[in-house]
Amino acid sequence: GLDCAVCKYGEGARAVPLAGHVGFDSMPDQLVNKSVNHGFCFNILCVGETGLGKSTLMDTLFNTKFEGEPTQHNQPGVQLKSNTYELQESNVRLKLTVVNTVGFGDQINKEDSYKSIVEFIDTQFEAYLQEELKIKRTLHSYHDTRIHACLYFIAPTGHSLKSLDLVTMKKLDSKVNIIPIIAKSDAISKSELTKFKIKITSELVSNGVQIYQFPTDDETVAEINSTMNGHLPFAVVGSTEEVKIGNKMVKARQYPWGTVQVENENHCDFVKLREMLIRVNMEDLREQTHTRHYELYRRCKLEEMGFKDTDPDCKPFSLQETYEAKRNEFMGDLQKKEEEMRQMFVQRVKEKEAELKEAEKELHEKFDRLKKLHQDEKKKLEDKKKSLDDELNGFKQKKTAAELLQSQAQQAGGSTTLKRDKERKK
Amino acid sequence: LKPTLCLRGSGYVGFANLPNQVYRKSVKRGFEFTLMVVGESGLGKSTLINSLFLTDLYSKDYPGPSLRIKKTVQVEQSKVLVKEGGVQLTLTIVDTPGFGDAVDNSNCWQPVINYIDSKCEDFLNAESRVNRRLMPDNRVHCCLYFIAPSGHGLKPLDIEFMKRLHDKVNVIPLIAKADTLTPEECQLFKKQIMKEIQEHKIQIYEFPDIEDDEDSKLIRKIKERMPLAVVGSNVVIEVNGRKVRGRQYPWGVAEVENGEHCDFTVLRNMLIRTHMQDLKDVTNNVHYENYRSRKLAAVTCNGGVDTSKTKNQMTRSPLAQMEEERREHVMKMKKMETEMEQVFEMKVKEKKQKLKDSEAELERRHEQMKKNLEAQYKELEEKKRHHEEEKSNWEAQQRILEQQKLDASKTMEKNKKKGKIF
Repeated sequence: GLDCAVCKYGEGARAVPLAGHVGFDSMPDQLVNKSVNHGFCFNILCVGETGLGKSTLMDTLFNTKFEGEPTQHNQPGVQLKSNTYELQESNVRLKLTVVNTVGFGDQINKEDSYKSIVEFIDTQFEAYLQEELKIKRTLHSYHDTRIHACLYFIAPTGHSLKSLDLVTMKKLDSKVNIIPIIAKSDAISKSELTKFKIKITSELVSNGVQIYQFPTDDETVAEINSTMNGHLPFAVVGSTEEVKIGNKMVKARQYPWGTVQVENENHCDFVKLREMLIRVNMEDLREQTHTRHYELYRRCKLEEMGFKDTDPDCKPFSLQETYEAKRNEFMGDLQKKEEEMRQMFVQRVKEKEAELKEAEKELHEKFDRLKKLHQDEKKKLEDKKKSLDDELNGFKQKKTAAELLQSQAQQAGGSTTLKRDKERKK
Repeated sequence: LKPTLCLRGSGYVGFANLPNQVYRKSVKRGFEFTLMVVGESGLGKSTLINSLFLTDLYSKDYPGPSLRIKKTVQVEQSKVLVKEGGVQLTLTIVDTPGFGDAVDNSNCWQPVINYIDSKCEDFLNAESRVNRRLMPDNRVHCCLYFIAPSGHGLKPLDIEFMKRLHDKVNVIPLIAKADTLTPEECQLFKKQIMKEIQEHKIQIYEFPDIEDDEDSKLIRKIKERMPLAVVGSNVVIEVNGRKVRGRQYPWGVAEVENGEHCDFTVLRNMLIRTHMQDLKDVTNNVHYENYRSRKLAAVTCNGGVDTSKTKNQMTRSPLAQMEEERREHVMKMKKMETEMEQVFEMKVKEKKQKLKDSEAELERRHEQMKKNLEAQYKELEEKKRHHEEEKSNWEAQQRILEQQKLDASKTMEKNKKKGKIF
C-alpha cells in the first residue's frame, strides 16, 4: 500500500501506490539466497591470559573440538595463532576463523603486550584495503580476515580489572568490537559476581573504553539486545565434558559440592553470550567492523599518505588523480635523492684527489730535500778528494825532489862510497 | 595457509540464524533498483513499466516522455518509492526519449552510454573518497531493449546498440507489442533474433541457474523463450469474471499476464521476483568492475598500454605499486652506491699504489746514490790511508837516510880528522 516513510535511499523519490502484488518483496529472500550460496564468514579474536579457558570456551560455543596444543607459558612475546574452520549448521555454511593470543600476560614487562594484537588487526585491515585499491580486484570472492569480534577474557579475581586489561582494551576499542567476558566464572559467588560486574563496568566507563553495544535500532531485536547490554560483561563457564542431569547429557563441570551446568542461565551467562554473539548479532558485528572500524583505519591510512577529499563544491575527488600527483612527487623525491648521492660521491672524489695530491707533493719535497743533502755530501766528497789529490801531488813532488837530491848526493857521495867500498875491498 | 577443517557441530550453535539476520537488516535498509528502457517511441515502453510495477509511473502530474516531443535523445530518470510486504524499494526508471526516432540515428546510443558511465563514475568517486558515507547505488542495473515487432530480424540500430552496450550494462532484449505477432511468427522472429545475436557475439543478460533443481528446470524452459515477447497495458478489463490487464480488440482481449498470450509474466518474475538481486550483483561485480579497472588503468598504467609491467600493476593496488617502486628504487640506489663505492676504492687504491711505487723508486735511487757515495768515501779513505802509510814509511825512510847521511858525514868528519879522507 501507500507508504510515505522515507528510508535512507528514498531521498528525492516520491512514493507511489501499487495496484497489486508486484513481487519485489522477495528481494530480502533473493539476498538471503545469494548469501547462503556464497557462504558466511566470521572471525573471532580471543584475548586473555594463558589458562583462562579461551580454547575451551570456543569449543563449547561452537560445539566442536577445535585443534590446538595446550599453550606454554614461556613465550618471548605475545603471538597470535589463527585457525580457520568450515562449519555447517542446517544449510548454512560458516567459514570461522579463531585467533588466539598466545602468551598474553605471561611477560614480566607487559607494556608492549597489546602491540602485537593491534598489529595483527591492522594487518587484516591493510590486506583488505590493498585488495580494495587494486585495479583488477575480486572483492566478492575475497576471504575477509578482518576481526569481527574480540572476546576479552577477564580473570575471575572478583575485585577489578587489571591494568593490563584496561590498557589493552583502550588500545583496541577503536579497532575492533570488544565483548568483555568474565572467564571461569564458576570461581565467583553470585553476590561477588554482581559487585564484580559493576566494578568492571564503572572502570570501563571511567577509562573511556568503548565496548561493543548490541544494537537497539531495529525494533525486532531492540528489546533483547537492550536487556543483554545490561548483563555485560558476561560471566561464562566453558566445558566440553558432559554430565548426566536427570535423563539428559549436559555440558557441565562437576565439583564435589555440585555441578555447574554451562547452559543453565542461573549458573552462568554462557547462553546469553551465545545468543548475542552468534544467533542475534553476528551479522551486525561483521557490519560494524566493515562500516566503522575498517572505515576508520582506511581513512587514517589514506590521510597518512596525504590523500584528502576536495571541497564538495569543486570537482569531485578522484583518488587516482591524487595518486598520480603523489606518485610524481614521490618520483621527484627519489630523483633528488639519487642526485644528492651522486653529488656526494663527486665531492668525496674531489676531496680524496686533493688529499692524494698533497701526499704526492710532500713526497716530492722530501726527495728534493734528500737530493739536496746528497748534492752537499757529494760536494764535500769532491772537496775531500781534491784536497787529497793536492796532498798526493804535493807529496809526490816532495818525494820526487827528495829522490832527486838523494840521487845527486849519492852520485857525489856515491862515488865516495864506491871508492870507499873499493878501498875496503882492497 | 592451513587447510580448513570441516566440522559438523553436534548440538545447537545458532549461526544457522545468520540468514534471518541478513534478512532483517536488508529490510531495515531498504532496496534500490535502476531500470533503463531503450527503444523507439511508440513501442509501449512506459506502458510496460506501468504494467510491471502495477503503478502509474507516469501520470497527469508526471507525464511520461512519450507525450513530449524531443529533438535529440534525452536521458531522463524518474525516482519512485514503493513498498510491499514491509519491503521498501527505491525504483529509478531511466527513459531514453528520442532514441531511434531521428532520421539520422548515428551515435544515438552515445547519450545512453554517457549516462551509464556517469553513474559508474559517481559511484567510483564516492567509493574513492577518504571520508566515505553510505553510498547510494544509482548505477543502471538493467537495460530493457525494445525491439520493434517487424517479424523479420534485428535492425542495424538494434545490433549496433546492443553491441555497444552489452559490456556496460545487463541488456535484456524484448519484443515489444508482441500482440501484433501470431505465435508462429513470434517463434520465427525469436529464432532469427537469437541467431543474429549470436552471430554478432552480443552478450545479453543470462539468467543464471539457481541451485534449486525445480527452478533450474523452469529457467531452462524460459531460456528457450528468449527474447521475451511482451505486451503491456494500463487498462484493466473484465474477462470471464476476472479483472485482468489487457488490450481490448474486437476479436478478443490480449491478456498481459496470460502466459499463452505473451511472455510478460516470465519477464516480471525473472526481472523482479527472482533475479533482481542477481542483476545488481552482475552490475556490481562485472560491469562496474570493468568500468573501474578501465578507468584506473588509463590513469596509472601508461594509458592502458598492455605490457607485462602493466599486467603486474593491474593486480596490485596503487599504494602497493608505489611501495614496490620505492623498494625498487632503494635497491637501485644501493646497487649504485655499492658500485660507485667500489670504483672509488679501486681508483684510490691505484693512486696510492702509484704513489707508493714512486716513493719506493725514489728511495731506491736515493739509497743507490748514498751507497755510491759511501763507496767513494771508502775508496777515498783507503787511498788516504794508503797515502798516509806510504808517506809515513817514506818519511821514516827519509829519516833513516838522513840519519845515515848524518852518521856518514860524522864518520867522514871523523875520518877527515883522522886524515883518512883524501
